[in-house]
Amino acid sequence: MTALTLTNVNKSFGTVEVLKDISIEVEDGEFVVFVGPSGCGKSTLLRVIAGLEDVTSGEVRIGGELMNLTPPSKRGIAMVFQSYALYPHLNVRKNMSLALKQEGQSKQVIEERVAKASKMLNLEPYIDRYPSELSGGQRQRVAIGRAIVREPKLFLFDEPLSNLDAALRMNTRLEIANLHQQLDASMIYVTHDQTEAMTLADKIVVLRDGRVEQVGSPMELYNNPANQFVAGFLGAPSMNFFPASVIGDSADTTLGIRPEDLYLTDDGPLTANVTHVEHLGGDTNVIAMMQGHQITARLFGQHDVNTGEAVRLAYVQDRTYSFDRKGTRLS
Amino acid sequence: MNKARQNPLNTAAMHGALILYTLIALFPVFVIIINSFKTRRSIFREPLALPDAESFSLIGYQTVMKQGDFFLYFQNSLIVTVVSLAFVLLFGAMAAFALSEYKFKGNTLMGLYLALGIMIPIRIGTVAILEMMVATGLVNTLWALILVYTAQGLPLAVFILSEFMRQVSDDLKNAGRVDGLSEYTIFFRLVLPLVRPAMATVAVFNMIPIWNDLWFPLILAPAEETKTLTLGSQVFIGQFVTDWNAVLSALSMAILPVLVLYVIFSRQLIRGITSGAVK
Repeated sequence: MTALTLTNVNKSFGTVEVLKDISIEVEDGEFVVFVGPSGCGKSTLLRVIAGLEDVTSGEVRIGGELMNLTPPSKRGIAMVFQSYALYPHLNVRKNMSLALKQEGQSKQVIEERVAKASKMLNLEPYIDRYPSELSGGQRQRVAIGRAIVREPKLFLFDEPLSNLDAALRMNTRLEIANLHQQLDASMIYVTHDQTEAMTLADKIVVLRDGRVEQVGSPMELYNNPANQFVAGFLGAPSMNFFPASVIGDSADTTLGIRPEDLYLTDDGPLTANVTHVEHLGGDTNVIAMMQGHQITARLFGQHDVNTGEAVRLAYVQDRTYSFDRKGTRLS
Repeated sequence: MNKARQNPLNTAAMHGALILYTLIALFPVFVIIINSFKTRRSIFREPLALPDAESFSLIGYQTVMKQGDFFLYFQNSLIVTVVSLAFVLLFGAMAAFALSEYKFKGNTLMGLYLALGIMIPIRIGTVAILEMMVATGLVNTLWALILVYTAQGLPLAVFILSEFMRQVSDDLKNAGRVDGLSEYTIFFRLVLPLVRPAMATVAVFNMIPIWNDLWFPLILAPAEETKTLTLGSQVFIGQFVTDWNAVLSALSMAILPVLVLYVIFSRQLIRGITSGAVK
C-alpha cells in the first residue's frame, strides 16, 4: 500500500507558483528525502502534505484516502520542526502527551506511549523538565518524541538537524535512521544538505524551483543523474563541469566528471595549475584551474601536492557525463 | 558581562541619573500627598514643608468622606478601568492574531483601518457618540464609558500586539495545529503567554488615560450613581472657591488603585520577558 500519493499538486501564493505539477508516491515504510537548494519549495511541499497549506490544485492522498481538505490533526501524520517548536509552558511529559489528550486517548495509553518513546530516545532523566532547561539536542529529541507517541502513518521532518552543531547532527542522524528501522513507519524528510539525503534516504526527490528534477535511490541519482542540476547537487565535493571543447569535443556540450574519478598521472590529457590543496587525512582534495575552469580532484589517501604546481590529470573514461546546453543529460 | 557595566564609576553615574529622574518624577506626587495632610493655611504658607504637630490635619479626608459617595465613585472608576482594559486586551489581541496569522482579502486594508484610530482622537466624535448613547439608552450607565474606552484603546492595542504576534514562531503554531489544538487554544495557550510583555505595555498605556479621563464621564455619565473619581473630585473645585484640602486628599486616594494595577502589570511584564526567553 502507498503511504502517500501526490497527484499533479500545484501551489501558488498569489501569482507566484511555488509548486508546479508535483506527482510523488511514498511506499509504506519508505524513507523519502526531499532535497533541493533553499527556496525550491521543499518545505512548502511538506506543509501541503501536513495540511498546513491547501493545494491550489491536485490531490493529496495519505494511506489511500483523499486528504485535500482534512485538517492536519486528522491526517494521521506527525511533524518535527526545524525550530523544535516545543510548548514553552509545558514540561517534556506534557509536551509529548498533549496531542494524545486532544485525540481523547485514555490515561493508561498516554502513559504507556510516553514511557515507551522517552525510553527509546533516552529522555527519561528529563521528563519533568521544561524546554528552557534542555539543550538543543535534547529539545530536538523531545520534538521527535512528540511525533512518535502519536504512532502516525507518516512522519514529516522539516530540516530537523539544521539547528544542531556538527557532532550532534551526525549522532541525531544516526538516531533517526535507527528510529526508522525500529518503527517501520513511512517518513518524509526535508533537507538542503545532500549528505543527510544520501545517508538517510531509501528514495530521494530532488526539487528545483518547485519542480521535481529526479526521483530515485541515492545511488541511482548519484550514478545516473538525469540532468546537470542533479549531477551537481549530489556528491561532495560536487561534480566538475567544463565545456567539452577542453578535451577537443563540441563546445555545445558540457562535460561532467566526479572529483573521485580524476587522478594524477604524468601523461594525463588534462593540465591544470593547483590553486589550493585540502589535506583531510583520509582524502586529499586538489583544487586547480584548467584553462579558466576550476576543477576539483578528490584523491584517496595523502598526496604531496603543492599550491602553484602544474599537474596532469586523467579520468576514468566510462565515468564521464555529458549534458547539452539546457543541462539535459546526453550520455 | 560587559566591562563598562562593572566599572563602579559608571554604575554610580547610571544610578545617580536614574535616582535623579525618579526624584523629579515623584516630586509632584510627594507634594500632593504631604499637603493633603495639612491645614489649609499651612498649605499656602509653606507648601513644601512636611506636616508637623501644628499643621497636621485630616480635614481634607474628612470632607471627602462626607461629601458625596466617594467610595461609589471609586468603585465606578475601578469597574470602568478594569472592564475596559479587559475588553481592549481581549479584543485587541484577537484582532491582532487574526491580522497577523490569517491571509484573507483586505487584510492590509483592515489593519490600516484599525490603525487609523491612533491618528484620529476619539473626542472629535463626541457629539455623535452622545447621540448614539442617547438613542441606545446607555447615557448615565457605566457601559457607555466602557464601550467608549474600549473603542479608544483598541487601535493602539491592535497595532502593537499584531507586530508582536508576527514574531511568534510559525512552527509553534503549526505544531499546535498538527497536535489537534483548536485555533482558540493556540491563541490562548500558545500565543498569548508569549506576547505577555506586549499585553502589559498596552495595559499600562491604556490604564492611565482611562482612569484620569474627565471628558467622557462628564458628558456620558454625569449622574450621581455613575460618577467616576475624577468627576467626583470636581465638586471641590469651584469657580471662586476651591477646597484644596479636599482636592489634594481625593487625588492622593485616587493614586492608590492605579498604583496597585501598575504593580500587577509590571510584574507580568517582567515575568513575560523571562518566560519569553525560551526559544
